Amino acid sequence: MADASFFDRRRTVAPPGFNRWLVPPAALAIHLSIGQAYAFSVFNLPLSKLIGIKDSVPGDWKLSTLGWVFSVAIVFLGLSAAVFGRWVERVGPRLAMFAAACCFSGGFLVGALGIYTHQFWLLLAGYGALGGAGLGLGYISPVRTLISWFPDRPGMATGMAIMGFGGGAMIASPLSVWLMAHFKTATSMGVWETFVAMGLIYFAFMMFGVVSVRIPAAGWKPAGAGTAAGVRQVPAGANVEVNEAMRTPQFWLLWWVLCLNVTAGIGVLGQASPMIQEVSHGAIKAAAAAGFVGLLSLANMLGRFFWSSTSDYIGRRATYTTFFLLGATLYALVPTLGRLDTVALFVLGYVVILSMYGGGFATIPAYLRDMFGTMEVGAIHGRLLTAWSAAGVLGPVLVNYIREYRIAQGVPKAEAYSVTMYVMAGLLVVGLICNLLVKPVDAKHHYQAKDAEKAA
Amino acid sequence: MPETSSPPPADANASSPLQLVFSWLFVGIPLAWGVWEVAAKSLDLFTK
Repeated sequence: MADASFFDRRRTVAPPGFNRWLVPPAALAIHLSIGQAYAFSVFNLPLSKLIGIKDSVPGDWKLSTLGWVFSVAIVFLGLSAAVFGRWVERVGPRLAMFAAACCFSGGFLVGALGIYTHQFWLLLAGYGALGGAGLGLGYISPVRTLISWFPDRPGMATGMAIMGFGGGAMIASPLSVWLMAHFKTATSMGVWETFVAMGLIYFAFMMFGVVSVRIPAAGWKPAGAGTAAGVRQVPAGANVEVNEAMRTPQFWLLWWVLCLNVTAGIGVLGQASPMIQEVSHGAIKAAAAAGFVGLLSLANMLGRFFWSSTSDYIGRRATYTTFFLLGATLYALVPTLGRLDTVALFVLGYVVILSMYGGGFATIPAYLRDMFGTMEVGAIHGRLLTAWSAAGVLGPVLVNYIREYRIAQGVPKAEAYSVTMYVMAGLLVVGLICNLLVKPVDAKHHYQAKDAEKAA
Repeated sequence: MPETSSPPPADANASSPLQLVFSWLFVGIPLAWGVWEVAAKSLDLFTK
């Protein structure tokens, strides 16, 4: 395995008779690992008591400071996906996934050193920057590979992988808690030891994906493609280079489509626990609120598979139109549902909203494939993920700022979220307009058209 | 991403059903465990 040629793109070409259903587990091994990032918050409290152990003491890291670790990781996810997207296209999935495994696991190990020596910058550079780069590389390479293997069901295929990113937190959260409890002593919170263990575990798990990933041979087509009942055979768009794609209105319209869909969901996801406690006037306690957060995570994960698979039947544009119309309606109804004092309806509304938040992530690669072809879809997807980074800042800021402003104005806490929900509904209406403006890419941007022009 | 050149593939063997089952179990078991953990905690919401 140490042989450099093992990582050669040509070594990953599938032999005749290779079953394409072996590729989704390889993709899932990567996405289930990097999805751990969503569960980073389980470390926040223990990290804030590294010196005091029982309680935070002067010199311990503050919770507000620790919030930067996740933010930096998400920013580096977007940056690395955007910067290295073309490199991923060139070297193929195996080397890209190996680089992702090294960065992500290396981030844990450097972070562990930062925790052990109590150097915050080292934790930030390790888990945040290095680990974040691993997130970006690991996010785009399997998605791009699955689009090649499932030209007949691109939505379902990318949904499978991206569902793993949503599900990763569900594995990481209990695993982290269990490991910290295992390593905890009278003088240690057990966090740096947990970081080391998780770095090694995730490296091994991701290596399964590295070893088993394959790309289709030239001219390969799935047997019986185009015969599945009800599936719309949307041909991939004509190929467009990544830099050229960024000059098209379609790219920026889709950038806003993703950004606005994620902004609406991410703001709610981060505030779900206090929100349900305040809206229920304290009837729902912290433990039950944690159950609500868990339920939203499940909806987020399952929505990724459900909506992206549905997009193969109803089309990408219709899927996003559903997200924005249904989402705006539900956001507008949520304050009323809160006042009705019926937890089930309130929860159901948010479950549907969060399923569409996840669905937005999972459907966008297939949308890009429909628009820009498959030639550099991984690199284009990488550039588009900067919308996620922007939404990661915009969503929580909007929710928190509006809530604090309303409370400062004397509005009861239970009603402080109403305006936020109406603002989110408004954002989704803007997203709807962007989506409806998306038209096929002009032929002047097509790769072959450009070639012909140059030749002339 | 389909390979445009046509080098000889390194793997001589095509995939076996056992390999397929193992691969899906490898990722499916941890995912099922995580989903179970979360689903069990979610029940607290309805038994408040």
